[in-house]
Amino acid sequence: MAVPGVRVAGGRTSDDLRALWVVWKRELIRFRRNRMRIITSLAQPVLFLFVLGTGLSTVISTADGFNFRTFMFPGVLAMTVLFTSIFSAISIVWDREFGFLREMLVAPVHRWTLVLGKCLGGATVATIQGAIMLVLAGLVGVPYNPVMLLVLLLEMMLTAFALTAFGVMLAARISDVQSFQVITQLFVLPMFFLSGAVFPVTKLPVWLGVLSKLDPLSYAVDPLRKEVFSALSIPPAIRHTFDPGLSWGSWTLPVLFELGLVALAAALMLGIAIRQFSRPQ
Amino acid sequence: MAGPSPISPYPRTERTRNRPGEADRLWQACSVTETALQAPPAPPGGAEAAIVARELRKSYKEIEAVRGVSFEVQTGEIFGFLGPNGAGKSTTISMLCTLVNPSGGSARVAGFDAVADQARVRQRIGLVFQDTTLDDYLTATENLRFHAELYGVPRDLVAGRLRQVLEMVDLWERRDGLVQTFSGGMKRRLEIARGLLHAPSVLFLDEPTVGLDPQTRSHIWSYIQELRRREQITIFLTTHYMEEAEYCDRLAIIDNGVLVAIDTPEALKASIGEDRVELHTADDQQAIERLAQQFQITAQVSEGAVTFHVAGGEQFVPRLFAELGVAIRSIRVARPTLDDVFMNYTGRTIRDAEVTSSERLRATPWMRARGRR
Repeated sequence: MAVPGVRVAGGRTSDDLRALWVVWKRELIRFRRNRMRIITSLAQPVLFLFVLGTGLSTVISTADGFNFRTFMFPGVLAMTVLFTSIFSAISIVWDREFGFLREMLVAPVHRWTLVLGKCLGGATVATIQGAIMLVLAGLVGVPYNPVMLLVLLLEMMLTAFALTAFGVMLAARISDVQSFQVITQLFVLPMFFLSGAVFPVTKLPVWLGVLSKLDPLSYAVDPLRKEVFSALSIPPAIRHTFDPGLSWGSWTLPVLFELGLVALAAALMLGIAIRQFSRPQ
Repeated sequence: MAGPSPISPYPRTERTRNRPGEADRLWQACSVTETALQAPPAPPGGAEAAIVARELRKSYKEIEAVRGVSFEVQTGEIFGFLGPNGAGKSTTISMLCTLVNPSGGSARVAGFDAVADQARVRQRIGLVFQDTTLDDYLTATENLRFHAELYGVPRDLVAGRLRQVLEMVDLWERRDGLVQTFSGGMKRRLEIARGLLHAPSVLFLDEPTVGLDPQTRSHIWSYIQELRRREQITIFLTTHYMEEAEYCDRLAIIDNGVLVAIDTPEALKASIGEDRVELHTADDQQAIERLAQQFQITAQVSEGAVTFHVAGGEQFVPRLFAELGVAIRSIRVARPTLDDVFMNYTGRTIRDAEVTSSERLRATPWMRARGRR
């Protein structure tokens, strides 16, 4: 039995919460300190939205003044969240390279606190980046509807968390920085292109349509798009073309179901990530 | 939460620390009282051993890295593990720190089992690794605060403790500097400060001064020695520098995963018995012949001097003058060094056992620096 007053950390809820909090806070400190990273990770979505989007809008004919950039806006939000989340998560590889991961792993706290703190930190950073992109809504014909903005923010939060968990799960298996490129090529870019972020996925050939439905990010992009389009007043035909929704067979998936899938995937990947980091070395 | 049950018939001992200030008193009350669980034989003075290793072994697939080592480290001791790279030092320290599970045997650290009670052991030890484990993008303070949170240092004590450890390693003025702007020596000092932040009872230092310049090395060693005075802490370190091993109270020599000797550096050197004698004479060849005939001593010319080993070298010198029959120009008697000790127990010098010549380059200026002190 313990001597009265003995301070034994490890195992108490308050200790776990402190560990979780400080891992989360570290992500935010590093984010705030790295201004270049904030700027560069915003440059890419802006480039997509205003350069690629404007370019494509000259060849994609839409009547009634509907601009292709409006279609791309939710996709670019997803893109911002995707790249920021994965980048945050992959920083574990750098932590391992520079030894800091060891400082965390030897601490007398449960490993799940570290993994969850990392995921929440990455998700917070990605959501902040997404929120900055929301500011651009007016430039692409999306009204600043407060309810829409709030819903978008919440959806981005969930997406960011799932993607960070996904990245952390991958990072557990990567031991060198070079592999980061491989991960980007192998997972991140395909996920992005298949998700319907940059083009509608309804009229795709079967093989591409199937791949798109297998892409978890599709189920995060669709709710974002539905929410943006709910705030637009546009003809039904255009809505049908650009916001067709996702369907399994003849069943059109409800938004809450899609978000449920994202949450489920997040929980699953978080679980796997925690397992991986809890293995004895 | 419930601690381990007191299975020992020995009364609980409370370790006391001599530090002024309200915060320290509280901190002490909160963190460092421990139950004595050490099984007999209890060392003189009644203090429990800080580390007890029994037949500790570790095998990786086909390699037996550590082949059953047993030793005890007393509270307040500076205990060194000396051996070449790959001898099993890092594996042993990893097992004691709960980072690696042993394949056999047991280890108790700070009163708790290193396998069954990992969280409690980790709470009570400080670790300074060979490679830096700081976050370069954070300031010194932020790195320490991160550590304080992870180790559950009581919130109201963090600020005071932080200042105390930063002042100890002379980094208080640089507390808000980003770690990436720090030199290698400053980083190492910051890591030592961080290892001490949660007031551990045992501090593990894995090759604490490897790759540092001589001045920084001697600074770090003054910190380590001051630390022991101020914090009454037990220090376990690994090294492959003979010069560093001299600082230890006791030394274990490890080679090929086996402890070949364990004692104070002085006793180890004394156990060699023979001193080294170096002679400059008018006729070296004749001197060697005379040594063989007259004293049955095998000598050889090494680095321009007739060199041989003999017990009680200083007593031997007068006989040499009287009986050698060859004019002696100069004579030098040297006590055995830890190099000689290592050679005696393992049949080779530690530098021969080393892998890289860069180690040799690093070791040389360090010796010179110590010679000046």
